[in-house]
Amino acid sequence: MLRYLLKRLTSLLLTLLVASVVLFVTIEIVPGDPASFMLGINAQPETLEALRSELGLDKSKPQRYWQWLTGMLQGDFGTSYTYKTPVAEMIGDRMWISLPLTLFALLLSTLIAFPAGIYAASRRGRIGDATVTGMTQLGVAIPNFWFAMLLVSFFAIKLRWFSSGGFVGWDQGLFAGLKSLLLPAIALALPQAAILTRVMRSSLLDVLSEDYMRTARAKGMSKRSAIWRHGLRNAMIPVLTILGLQFSFLLAGAIIIEKVFYLPGLGLLVFQSIAQRDLIVVESVVMLLVFAVVMVTFLVDLAYAWVDPRLRARS
Amino acid sequence: MKLRTLVPGSLLVLLFLGAALISFVWTPFDVTKLDIPNKLQSPSFGHWFGTDQLGRDIFSMIMVGARTSIAVAFIAVGIGMLVGVPLGLAAAANQGSVIDELIMRTNDLVFAFPALLIAIMITAVFGPGAVNAIIAIGIFNIPVFARLTRGAALSLWSREFILAAKVAGKRATRISIEHILPNILNLLIVQGTIQFSLGILAEAALSYVGLGAQPPIPSWGRMLAESQTLVSLAPHVALFPGFAILLTVLGLNLLGDALRDWFDPRLQRLRS
Repeated sequence: MLRYLLKRLTSLLLTLLVASVVLFVTIEIVPGDPASFMLGINAQPETLEALRSELGLDKSKPQRYWQWLTGMLQGDFGTSYTYKTPVAEMIGDRMWISLPLTLFALLLSTLIAFPAGIYAASRRGRIGDATVTGMTQLGVAIPNFWFAMLLVSFFAIKLRWFSSGGFVGWDQGLFAGLKSLLLPAIALALPQAAILTRVMRSSLLDVLSEDYMRTARAKGMSKRSAIWRHGLRNAMIPVLTILGLQFSFLLAGAIIIEKVFYLPGLGLLVFQSIAQRDLIVVESVVMLLVFAVVMVTFLVDLAYAWVDPRLRARS
Repeated sequence: MKLRTLVPGSLLVLLFLGAALISFVWTPFDVTKLDIPNKLQSPSFGHWFGTDQLGRDIFSMIMVGARTSIAVAFIAVGIGMLVGVPLGLAAAANQGSVIDELIMRTNDLVFAFPALLIAIMITAVFGPGAVNAIIAIGIFNIPVFARLTRGAALSLWSREFILAAKVAGKRATRISIEHILPNILNLLIVQGTIQFSLGILAEAALSYVGLGAQPPIPSWGRMLAESQTLVSLAPHVALFPGFAILLTVLGLNLLGDALRDWFDPRLQRLRS
């Protein structure tokens, strides 16, 4: 297991390194000089040069890449071209909305999908199965930002149970914070829960037709015990794949949902930064999100190895 | 094949495909023509789905929006499948080799950038637009299909019938095409369906945040973005584009389910 872990860890670091190069090069292609953008068209050449030197823009590209990379490793993401504040500080403030929102949605999605998928698979062909399958068809098809707009329209504007947008802040207490994030998290989670339910159901159905499941039943094991003891573990591989994929969908989806609810998270920061051509912020936020996605993929791979020792042995 | 999924699925897909095709030659109203005195009209005989905040006919905009959504999603899934599936098969056939490692690590790299992040980067560099949306969604689809194909193919490579084919002297490429691919087609279609739905949804989401198709081309996502502040005042402005996305995706999923039954006789027998 240790060898497998080291191998995956090495590939994780390589992926992050290459991703950082790709990101840096992509952003470097963007025409225009941040210093000229910050100072405007009437800036004096000397002032411009001084600012370029202050921002490190007068250095060569490899030097700037190295400075950016080593800075990030120490938690220094540079200074925003527009706001003149440390990017790390800006990201830190916004992350306390985006990350809890993503995790809240992932939790809701899993809590809905696992029981629903197992229930539907164990009642294949019956009314319960048809109902769950029908609901998932609708759930998969709903655009989450439209669903979010409907939630706001009904629960915030009509019933006035929730605020229609914004975030109260964690200093108002955990409950108030979670309440602010509940509608966005539901909007984010439901379509993903529908996908996960479908995968859970179809994966479990595949496993149920395997010989070892028939053997388990023939040995006198009840259907429920056979599912719990043998079926679920074997059905988990496709489910874990989708769960891993969902994290990046939720993270990216959170950016969209934040727009619907006017949540001051990373999404809003990215869109503002694109509009203001504050590329150092875009670069840093994207790199951070890439880091999160790569870490989750790594954890899913470890979970594979735990669920299916054959994969570990083959690696 | 289950008629109850095939018929409604096909009808919905044909409905929106038809609307998209007809919009090339005819729409009830010109979608670029503003008619401010008639803004926010409720659905009526003249304007079936009402008008938006600029007096444009929503029915006509949905017809034209259909071709944007369908084209973007279709091409993006095509890119994902055409590149991802062969990569996944090659990786599984050469498991543990340098090729496998290289393919999977490149996949990890692309996979590390969710579609929206790719779109943000592409937008920052080349500016927003439908083509950039296709590229962003397409690039994201490649590792999805590659990983799925590799995972499914790997579990088949240890099965007896594959060993028999190897003993018979068949080469890895031939085994992948003749034995592995037909056996994972079911999974690919299910995933293809999900990715197509996601493609439609992703295009709408990108347009919603202003990174997809640009004005004056109508797009369902942008229609929703423009209607956001009008939901309580004129709900029809937000309801119809939302339902258009919902029904198209629903239709594609139902059709995908029916095709899955058709491709997999084992599943068909089990279900009947």
